[in-house]
Amino acid sequence: MIFGIPMVALMGQLLVGLINGSFYALLSLGLAVIFGLLRVINFAHGAQYMVGAFAALLLLKMGGVGYWWAVILAPVIVGLLSAVVERTMLRRLYDLDPLYGLLFTFGLALTVEGIFRYYFGASGQPYSPPKELAGAVNLGFMFLPIYRGWVVIASLVVCLAVWFLIEKTKLGAYLRAATENPILVQSFGVNVPLLLTGTYALGAGLAAFAGVLAAPVYQVSPLMGSNLIIIVFAVVVVGGMGSIMGAIVTGYLLGIAEGLTKVFYPEASNIVIFVIMAVVLILRPAGLFGKEA
Amino acid sequence: MSAKSESHAAPAEPTLPQAATIRAAALVAILAFLMVAPFLFYPIFLMKLLCFALFASAFNLLLGYTGFLSFGHAAFFGGAAYVSAHAVKEWGVTPEVGILLGVAFAAALGLVMGLIAIRRTGIYFAMITLALSQMFFFFCLQAPFTHGEDGLQGVPRGHLFGVIDLSSQTNMYFFVLAVFLLGVGIVWRFVNSPFGMILKSIRENEARAVSLGYSVAGYKLGAFVMSAALAGLAGGTKALVFQFATLTDVAWQMSGEVILMTLLGGIGTLIGPVVGAGLVVTLQNYLATSDFPVTIITGVVFMVCVLLFRRGLIGEFYASRLGRRLGFRPER
Repeated sequence: MIFGIPMVALMGQLLVGLINGSFYALLSLGLAVIFGLLRVINFAHGAQYMVGAFAALLLLKMGGVGYWWAVILAPVIVGLLSAVVERTMLRRLYDLDPLYGLLFTFGLALTVEGIFRYYFGASGQPYSPPKELAGAVNLGFMFLPIYRGWVVIASLVVCLAVWFLIEKTKLGAYLRAATENPILVQSFGVNVPLLLTGTYALGAGLAAFAGVLAAPVYQVSPLMGSNLIIIVFAVVVVGGMGSIMGAIVTGYLLGIAEGLTKVFYPEASNIVIFVIMAVVLILRPAGLFGKEA
Repeated sequence: MSAKSESHAAPAEPTLPQAATIRAAALVAILAFLMVAPFLFYPIFLMKLLCFALFASAFNLLLGYTGFLSFGHAAFFGGAAYVSAHAVKEWGVTPEVGILLGVAFAAALGLVMGLIAIRRTGIYFAMITLALSQMFFFFCLQAPFTHGEDGLQGVPRGHLFGVIDLSSQTNMYFFVLAVFLLGVGIVWRFVNSPFGMILKSIRENEARAVSLGYSVAGYKLGAFVMSAALAGLAGGTKALVFQFATLTDVAWQMSGEVILMTLLGGIGTLIGPVVGAGLVVTLQNYLATSDFPVTIITGVVFMVCVLLFRRGLIGEFYASRLGRRLGFRPER
């Protein structure tokens, strides 16, 4: 018993919080990567997450392709589709007020969600975890479903890999340089337009990866991304979009904060992240890790 | 401006009626149409159109004249709808008092949200308002007086000032028309006031406005509260028209809809949001009977607007060669 709350309940909600935090971290990381270079707030991020989950479901139903392939294929498919969108449409908006990028991707999200709702209905469809990850282990103080443990570990590994890619590799150095001064980087012979396309595809792929991870945890439904994206926006505002690590850390922290709220004051669990956002804005308007005012 | 353009006008050009004349003529035509419309069309549809036109005008007051894109205006629209419906149904107040209570609530909510949101600008402002309105949505989902998923139903329209029976569709229509004209009149007056001029100057060059000694944050907050209050006026009126208030009115999709109306008609023009609202409401009405999801069309229109005509229908007309020759000036 801790603070009058049974240990099992506390640990259970902490785990739920960690799972949600994993998705917040992956999605806010993708948003931060895209925003860092493209100066576009990708409202379609929730839709890309949803399409990722549907890609896994459809690969299984139509092609008999299992979970392990879907984890790789779904992000690639969504990344390629998003690259096409970037090349043909989003690209034209870079020179304009960033609000137009937000509005365009909002329209894209509505369209994609509408299409999926038209063909698959609004109700959710189950997607079972692979048999290697089925079942649960007894940790002594609680039962841990193996798949949930895998979600936390997989998202952590991918987040750190992306962080490493951007902060420690040569390609990442190009990316960061192009964020600072695209014209200068272009004049050094780096193909900046290709870099932009690749970045958008990477961000969208991350969202799709989160979608595949989420498919066995939640139901696969056309609207699974639209409420999530609003929470992720709040996460991004709290973290500030200046830092990759900031986006990851804030994602996990807020997920855990939400889980703990479910234990102590369940009525507020839906809004706790928004409340934290408001408090952070009052105390530190640039966000916890933000640099720009 | 007009004197200058006259002195430069080429004599060979055929004389065309000038912008002011066209504006006046269009205004008279629209007013005349609105007076006879309830005898030609389904009144509920017209009233819905007027409510959304007012909502879009209120939204445009903020976006068009300060450059702040709010993604949370549903909170003011739907919040006022709940308060008005509750006041009329549970407390038995007259409709005009109910609507005024809704407006007061929307203004207060706007003050709170505005104080938090104006700390950031641009896309951050959009994300913050979206998050705050989502918070309000969850509040409405759980608060007992909203009746959750069912909403507040069977709201009586009552008697205006205790005298005029609003259950008559014609009476209700002319009441809504009066509210609409009052609301749009306030927007027009506000935009053309010294306050509105300062807002435009902040939009164009905030640093200079600060250096001229204006309290920029105060002006932004003022515009935000004004816009919220007028959105509340539209929401409260809509609750009485349909006699219910539901979660649909506070959901983020509603915020998206009002953005679309304004964008489609023309950001920063007075008539644009009204035209945009008319088109969107008509489209929804048309598609309501088919099973084709409206969001697909909405989304595509959004993308096309952003890619091809960012000024909106009215704005593009003003900026077109014909529009310019007629003496219209595009807003930016």
